[in-house]
Amino acid sequence: MALEAQEVERIAHLARLGIDPDDIPDYARNLSDILAFVELLNSVDTCGVEPLAHPLEAVQRLRPDVVTEADERENFQSNAPLTEAGLYLVPKVIE
Amino acid sequence: MHHKTLVELSAGLRQGEYSSEELTRTCLDRVALLDKQLNSFITVTEELALQAAREADARIRSGEAGPLTGIPYAHKDIFCTRGVKTSCGSRMLDNFIAPYDATVTQRLNDAGAVMIGKTNMDEFAMGSSNETSFYGLVTNPWDSETVPGGSSGGSAAAVAARLVPVSTGTDTGGSIRQPAALCGITGLKPTYGRVSRYGMIAFASSLDQAGPFARTAEDVALMLGAMAGFDPRDSTSVERPPDDYTGGLNKSIKGLKIGLPEQYFGEGLDSGVTAAVEAALDEYRKLGAVITEISLPNSQLAVPAYYVVAPAECSSNLSRFDGVRFGYRAEVPADLEDLYKRSRGEGFGAEVKRRIMIGTYALSAGYYDAYYLKAQQVRRLIREDFMRAFEQVDVIMGPTSPSAAFRVGEKSDDPVTMYLSDIYTIAVNLAGLPGMSIPAGFTADMPVGLQLIGNYFEEAHLLNAAHRYQQVTDWHNRVPQGYE
Repeated sequence: MALEAQEVERIAHLARLGIDPDDIPDYARNLSDILAFVELLNSVDTCGVEPLAHPLEAVQRLRPDVVTEADERENFQSNAPLTEAGLYLVPKVIE
Repeated sequence: MHHKTLVELSAGLRQGEYSSEELTRTCLDRVALLDKQLNSFITVTEELALQAAREADARIRSGEAGPLTGIPYAHKDIFCTRGVKTSCGSRMLDNFIAPYDATVTQRLNDAGAVMIGKTNMDEFAMGSSNETSFYGLVTNPWDSETVPGGSSGGSAAAVAARLVPVSTGTDTGGSIRQPAALCGITGLKPTYGRVSRYGMIAFASSLDQAGPFARTAEDVALMLGAMAGFDPRDSTSVERPPDDYTGGLNKSIKGLKIGLPEQYFGEGLDSGVTAAVEAALDEYRKLGAVITEISLPNSQLAVPAYYVVAPAECSSNLSRFDGVRFGYRAEVPADLEDLYKRSRGEGFGAEVKRRIMIGTYALSAGYYDAYYLKAQQVRRLIREDFMRAFEQVDVIMGPTSPSAAFRVGEKSDDPVTMYLSDIYTIAVNLAGLPGMSIPAGFTADMPVGLQLIGNYFEEAHLLNAAHRYQQVTDWHNRVPQGYE
C-alpha cells in the first residue's frame, strides 16, 4: 500500500508532528515500505484468534482510592518551559 | 582492576584490597581516556559517583555491604535519575532533569551500586544500531567503523570496553540482546513484568523490559537479583518475589533439552554466525545437553507484527511530549497547534517521527482492525508456537542476530532492512519471555552472540545454562584491541 504525499500530511497532522515539506517524499517512501512489509500479516488466517493484549494474560491491578504521592508541583514544574503562579503557560487559545 | 568481574571486585572491596572510591576513579579515568572514541556516555556524573562511592565504602567498613555495594555501573539514559539529566537520546529531553528516580535506579542505589553516568542510546530506544541518538553514534569497541547495536548501544559498548563492569539496558525488540551480541558481552531480558518499568521512559509498554549487561552470566545474575521484584508503582509488575538467580548457576546441565528452531537457521543468516553458533552447540552437547530441532512456524510474522504493535504504542506514549509541561519547546509559537507541531517536529528525530506516524496510521479510524487487532492476533499465534515448543524442550537456542556488527551507515537509509536485524529477538518480546545473549565466538574478528530463550520466569535456568558454558569457554573474557 503506497501512501501519497497528502496522506503523509494527514497522518502528521493527526500526530501533531511538524514535518518539513521537503522531507515528505522520503516519509512517503519509507512509510509505504514499512506498510508493505507488515502486509505479510495478511498471509495468515487469524479468524477466531483472541487478540493478545498481555503476554501473561494479567488484568489491571486496582488499589484503594487514597492519596499515595506527596505534592511535588514545584519540583515537577521546574522542568516546564513556561509557568506562572503554578500554572503551565501556552499561547492564547481563547480570544 | 578494570579487567575484574563484579564478583571479583566485590570480593576485593570486602577484603579491603581497594576502596570503592579508588575503583570508581579507575572507571571515571577510563571513561575520560577512552570514551571520546566510543561516545558511550551522554552524561558522566563524576561528583555524584565519588560521593556514592564514599558512602559505599562506609557501608563496607560497617559490614552492611551486599554484593553490589561499591560497584560502579553505567545506567542507560532511559531511566529517570533524580536531579540528573535524563535525555532518552533525544533533543526532546536534552533539557530534562528527572524529578524522581526510576524503581530500577532506586533499587540499584539501595544495593549500594555506584552510578558513574548515563549511557548513549537510540532516540527513545528506537533503533538497532545506536545511530538515531541525538548525541551521535556509539562506535563498537571491536571495530570503530561498525555499530555497537541498539538501542542500548552505549551500555553494551561501555562494558565491552571495560569502562565499567556492569550496566543497565532495556529491551523492547532486542535492545539488550542484540547489542550484547554485537559487542561480545552477556545481556539478559527478563520475563515481561519481572523488572519494574516505573520511571523508565516508555516506548512500547506491552513489550518494554529492563535488564542487565555484564561480561559474565554470574554478574548478570547478581544484577538481576537487585533489579527484579514486585513494584506497586508499575501496574504490569508481577506480584511474585524474584528467584534466587545465583544459587543454581553451577548445577549440571546434563540432560538439558535444547530446542533449535529450524526457522532461526535459514536464509539470511550469515555463515560465520552459523559456524560459531554450531560450535557453541557442540560445547553444550559435551556438557551433556540433548539437542533437538523444533519449529516456530509463525516466526516470519514476528517482525511485521512488532512494527504494528510497537509504533502504535509509541505513538500513544510519545503524545505526552507536547512542549507544554517539560521537554523541548519551539521558539515563538504562533498558536497552540503550532506549539505542538513545531515542538514535536523539531524535538524528535526522523526514526521516531516515522514510528509515530506508522502508529498513528495503524490506530486511525478505519484501520484499527486491519493493523493493530490483526497484529495482536498474530502475537497470540507466536506465543502459542513457543508454548508448544516448551512442551518438548527446556531452553531454545539460536543466533541472537543474523550477522555480526554491521558498518556505520550500512542500514540507516532503509528502515525495513534495519528492522530485520532483530529478526531472532523480536518474537521473544511479543511473547513476553525471558531471553539472553552470551558471547559465542567470532566471525571475521567480530563477536557472535548465542541466544537462549526460556519459558516464563525461568531466568535462573537460562543463567545456569549460560554459566556452565562460560566455565568451559573463554569468549566472554576476550578484550577488544585498544581497551586492554
